Amino acid sequence: MIKEVENPVLETHNLTVVYDRKPAIWNIDFTLPAGSIVGIMGPNGSGKSTLLKSIMGVVEPNSGYARLFNKPLDAVRKRVSYVPQRQSVDWDFPASVLDVVTMGRYPHLGLFRKLRSEDKEIVADSLEKVGMLAFANRQISQLSGGQQQRVFLARALAQQADLYLMDEPLVGVDAASEHAIIDLLKQMQASGKTIVVVHHDLYTASEYFDWLVLMNTRLVASAPLEEVFQEEMLRDAYGGQLTSMSKIAALLREKSFPMRHK
Amino acid sequence: MNRFTHLIEFFRLEEPNVQIVFAGVFLLAALSGLVGSFTFLRKQSLIGDVIAHSILPGICISFLFAHEKDPLFLLIGAVASGWLSTYFVDRISSGSKLKEDTVIALVLSVFFGFGILLLTMIQQGGYGSQSGLDQFIFGRAASMTRTDVLILVLAFLLISSTVIVLFRGLTMLVFDPDYAGSSGFPIRILRSVLSSATVLTVALGVQAVGVVLMSALLIAPPAAARFWTNDLRKIVLLSMAFSVISALMGSASSYTSTGLPTGPWIVMFLTFFALGSAFLGRKHGVMRRLIRRRQNAWKILSENILKSFYYLSDGFTTQAGYSVAMVSKNTGINQLKVRFGLLLLKRSGSMNRSQGGWFPSSDGKIEALRIVRKHRLWELYLSRFMHLKPDHVHEDAEGIEHIITPEIESELLAELGFPSTDPHDNEIPEITEMP
Repeated sequence: MIKEVENPVLETHNLTVVYDRKPAIWNIDFTLPAGSIVGIMGPNGSGKSTLLKSIMGVVEPNSGYARLFNKPLDAVRKRVSYVPQRQSVDWDFPASVLDVVTMGRYPHLGLFRKLRSEDKEIVADSLEKVGMLAFANRQISQLSGGQQQRVFLARALAQQADLYLMDEPLVGVDAASEHAIIDLLKQMQASGKTIVVVHHDLYTASEYFDWLVLMNTRLVASAPLEEVFQEEMLRDAYGGQLTSMSKIAALLREKSFPMRHK
Repeated sequence: MNRFTHLIEFFRLEEPNVQIVFAGVFLLAALSGLVGSFTFLRKQSLIGDVIAHSILPGICISFLFAHEKDPLFLLIGAVASGWLSTYFVDRISSGSKLKEDTVIALVLSVFFGFGILLLTMIQQGGYGSQSGLDQFIFGRAASMTRTDVLILVLAFLLISSTVIVLFRGLTMLVFDPDYAGSSGFPIRILRSVLSSATVLTVALGVQAVGVVLMSALLIAPPAAARFWTNDLRKIVLLSMAFSVISALMGSASSYTSTGLPTGPWIVMFLTFFALGSAFLGRKHGVMRRLIRRRQNAWKILSENILKSFYYLSDGFTTQAGYSVAMVSKNTGINQLKVRFGLLLLKRSGSMNRSQGGWFPSSDGKIEALRIVRKHRLWELYLSRFMHLKPDHVHEDAEGIEHIITPEIESELLAELGFPSTDPHDNEIPEITEMP
């Protein structure tokens, strides 16, 4: 079930990314409504992270495109904030909490412009919101998993964007941090932000999200929670009905077949 | 002339040749300390090794074209083949299933093998001016010329100003390239800036310290610096300092002991700094860990002794002193250690010694009460929330009592509803003023 919305905050059109001849995401085509908390769900290796990366231009799509606020990414970069997977960076890197959160101002400052006092206030404010202000001068290597994730969220907050794309912000996070993070997301939603979260826990999905995108390399569903959260839909995403899909993917790879004619 | 006067002579820089070597080695070391910091933190230190080995065929081909040792021409060849090797490493490791270390080994040996082949051809081909090409393998700082130094000055100015201008971008590239890319930073350009700087540095350095040791010059200084600070800027500066000092000491040593090449000497000093830092480093050094471990051991020892006085005197209801032997018997700690612990406690004012033996001061008594209290609170916590049987909680509490902070103590108290007895029905002592 794929539901289209009017004036989408995010729209992907036939987005396809191929790694080493194997499609990671394949013809992903959906629209997301503004002001919602969207969960992107699917089994391991179903391309959830790749989807976010290709939307953010971190990975070059092999075909298709994404539009944000009905514009190409380059025109609206400052309004979109990306939170990579926590494990994607080296937490032993010599930096303090403050250093990392300050990076959230870089989309506005670019490579060269100096930090203004206004930026510093925004950074402190963001740290306050995630409850990490007391840790501002702490080395990032000394943080727990939940604290690291909160630092990443503070960095995203510091960007003061309108759309947030978060890759597994709840993985490896203790229960207290998970609640704190969800509360924060709801607050952000209340102030009109749209939040897209890659998530893998089916049990909590119904509490957290109001729109779900189910995928398994291909898009399985994109619709309001109540409409998607049905057994057959989940089975399509997670279960065995897509075996022929993975067989085709394997075959493409094995035979070095061009997936696209371009 | 003996060695010492030789050394003085080197640092007085009177000989023009020494001046050149001094300047050249100084600049080269500063460069590698700078560039190495970034490759080290990017966990790409081995790329320096690949470049160093892959430079050889470029140099040989340049020589075959020019038929002479024109430094600029050789440098161009070196940079070109160094660049090509990093390109191959990137391409092959992102486009195939091979792991990066495998790709590195592959590219390195193919390029180096080809280089050796060309070198042998040149050596047997009777080229008059080939003498000295083989020093690219082991390096010879003494053979540096004025032109080499000039090129180094230019390279240093270029690379250091680029790093200063692009510091933010390079930091982002190293720490979180995905986020940097999503913020609109030109990641591809930054990446090529960093790898060009690495290639250029290695190409310039190989002549002085040789192929094999060049990578040490990129790895050891930042590795040593990392032990001392958590601040990226300081790491860069410290790494440059370690590198420069090692290089100068290395070339001075090589100058005074004829026959021993510069490269190995420099690496010896670098190793000295790296090992020294690993041991003494203020932030992550072994020494610091040992000191902390010893402090903890002393804390545990004195707290256990204090606690034993609480038990011996039945909660400080008696005032008689106790001998070392009695404390030792009560705690099961040998007498020598008990004596040492008592002296530590006396020094901190927690223990008094009188005719009748040892007895805690009023501060010491409060301290002892606090330890007993934490012990019993933890026992209660374990049996209440972890559902452990009362006879299983003592051992655990013996360890934990020493690390419970006042904050955790008050949290425990609140969670347990301000209890008065532990699971063994012993009283949890209140902290009150002690006589």
